[in-house]
Amino acid sequence: MKILVIEDEPDMLDNLVRSLEAEKYVVETASTFDAAMEKVHLYRYDCILLDISLPGGSGLVILEELKELQAAEGVIIISARSSVDDRIAGLDLGADDYLSKPFHMAELHARVKSVLRRRKFGGSRLIELSNLRVDPEERSVQVEGRPLALTRKEYDILLYFISNKNRLVSKTALGEHVWGDQIDEADSFDFIYSQMKNLRRKLKEQGARLEIQAIYGIGYKLLAE
Amino acid sequence: MKLLNHTLAYFAALLFAVITGWAGLLYYNLLDEIYDSLDDGLENYKMLIIKRARADSEVLRKTSFVEDNYSIKPIPAPQALAYTDSYVDTLMFMENEQDFEPVRMLKTIFRQSGRYYELRVVNTMVETDDLVEDLLYSILWLYLGLIATVLVLNNLLLRKAWRPFYHLVRQLRSFRLEKQEPVSFGKTNVEEFKVLNDAVARLIRNSTDTYRSQKQFIENASHELQTPLAVSLNKLELLLEESSLTEGQLRLLAGAVRNLERMARLNKSLLLLSKIENRQFQAEEEVHLNSLVETVLEDFSDQASYRGLRVTLQEEGDCRLHLNPDLAGILLNNLVKNAIVHNNRGGFVRVTVGPQQLVVENSGQPAALNEQLMFSRFQSGSQNETSTGLGLPIVKAIADLYRFRIAYRFQGTHIVTIHFSYPFS
Repeated sequence: MKILVIEDEPDMLDNLVRSLEAEKYVVETASTFDAAMEKVHLYRYDCILLDISLPGGSGLVILEELKELQAAEGVIIISARSSVDDRIAGLDLGADDYLSKPFHMAELHARVKSVLRRRKFGGSRLIELSNLRVDPEERSVQVEGRPLALTRKEYDILLYFISNKNRLVSKTALGEHVWGDQIDEADSFDFIYSQMKNLRRKLKEQGARLEIQAIYGIGYKLLAE
Repeated sequence: MKLLNHTLAYFAALLFAVITGWAGLLYYNLLDEIYDSLDDGLENYKMLIIKRARADSEVLRKTSFVEDNYSIKPIPAPQALAYTDSYVDTLMFMENEQDFEPVRMLKTIFRQSGRYYELRVVNTMVETDDLVEDLLYSILWLYLGLIATVLVLNNLLLRKAWRPFYHLVRQLRSFRLEKQEPVSFGKTNVEEFKVLNDAVARLIRNSTDTYRSQKQFIENASHELQTPLAVSLNKLELLLEESSLTEGQLRLLAGAVRNLERMARLNKSLLLLSKIENRQFQAEEEVHLNSLVETVLEDFSDQASYRGLRVTLQEEGDCRLHLNPDLAGILLNNLVKNAIVHNNRGGFVRVTVGPQQLVVENSGQPAALNEQLMFSRFQSGSQNETSTGLGLPIVKAIADLYRFRIAYRFQGTHIVTIHFSYPFS
């Protein structure tokens, strides 16, 4: 999987590259408008992370260009301008998703994986992990062929962990992903605990061979071989 | 006291002093003139009598005032030589009035045929008490007339002249800096009012400019903070993923992350507040509040049940509003979140939707909150460290934007009501 990261802030770029490379993606970078245009014209990528405000031009123009080229890239806009207009303009121009800074790395990975699934496999590819099989289109989960009945939120949690397997996911990141941004001031996300308890119980009952580990009250980590 | 009446009071005092002084002066001048003319008359009369006495010595025998206004009596020479003419005021019995009335008397002497005679000539005199009385009355009328004139002039002319001033005052009274509405100045040819209008216009322009740049500053500042916040947060997250960390190190890092997240939330809320106040949420559409409330309550249901809260929705009617859908969501989210977070374990939240109002009632600490403080920034009553203290200020900002009226009551429970109807339309 090849990913192009277009971002002008060197530290931010470094973060993104490190995190994506840890997931075994091939990562290329562009930190100016011109460099980005060049790469977009010369190469094909599976996913592009695009910052809107770039030295030399707007990311929205690159988006228009991609549309013109009828490129099959999945595009996720990353912007510090969380303005509604930008979001609408970006999505209208064919971007797949919009992430406003600051965001959690876990959220980024979940979005990237979701875009890759949709773009590359029409959303129909099954996710296999250990003895679990997840159908993202059907939103269903099977353990060795036996269906695992999950509530909507339990499913969202599980999929989020699968997208971030072997990575520490903080309660905040999980809470904001599953319950939405507006939940942000909810006191320390302790209510997540009861949902997690149910999910873990169900996984264990069905004999799923994966473990969700609690990390010192900070968050959780899905361990899978 | 109104300026009109203030000047009137000054006028009244001033006029009183002037007219009183003037009346005194008039009185004495008048009296002086009267005496002068009386005395001239007496002098003339004296000469006529002396002339008559020379012609007719019979006259010399008129020793008392009977029907004529003079008397003559002989006096010895030594006394006559020491005599000087004098005018005196005295009293004389008047038949018509049956009373003693003041008269003017000239005492003089003359010599005829070697003998000296004293001649006294009288003339009725003006009755000073009557004169004073008449004068007093006419002056009183004059005084009242003048005051009345000033009053009328003040009310008709000055009121008209001060009109630009009152216009300005009315404008200033309804002026609100945050509304950014222009102030209109009445047309005036009066130099002073022109100066005043100019000064006020400049003051308002400066204030609104400052206010606007202040708001812009908050927005820019929060905006500029986004990237460094994002960078630091993500770097710490990358560090957290290192497998070699001990529990102690993990906890330290998690503490840093938690506080950065809090900062990011604060920043986001500040940015949101600025954007609302800078009217950057333009697109409006019809929002069905009932279904939006249902969605929001559903979103918060896990949180509510974790805290053992009973959440109920009462629909008293259909509520459809014309506003920005994002802001509608933010408004409800913040109200409901506030009701859930500032609650007791096992308490309740009751949301009532009416055609023109929304009521959010919740249990909580058993004391009323300060309505002034609860809607101002960073005045959160609880010590909850995850709360930004900007939830209700955001609600207030949205309510202000759409001119909704927001009210808080405490009746054992905390009740926040939002009236959607515009009070003046």
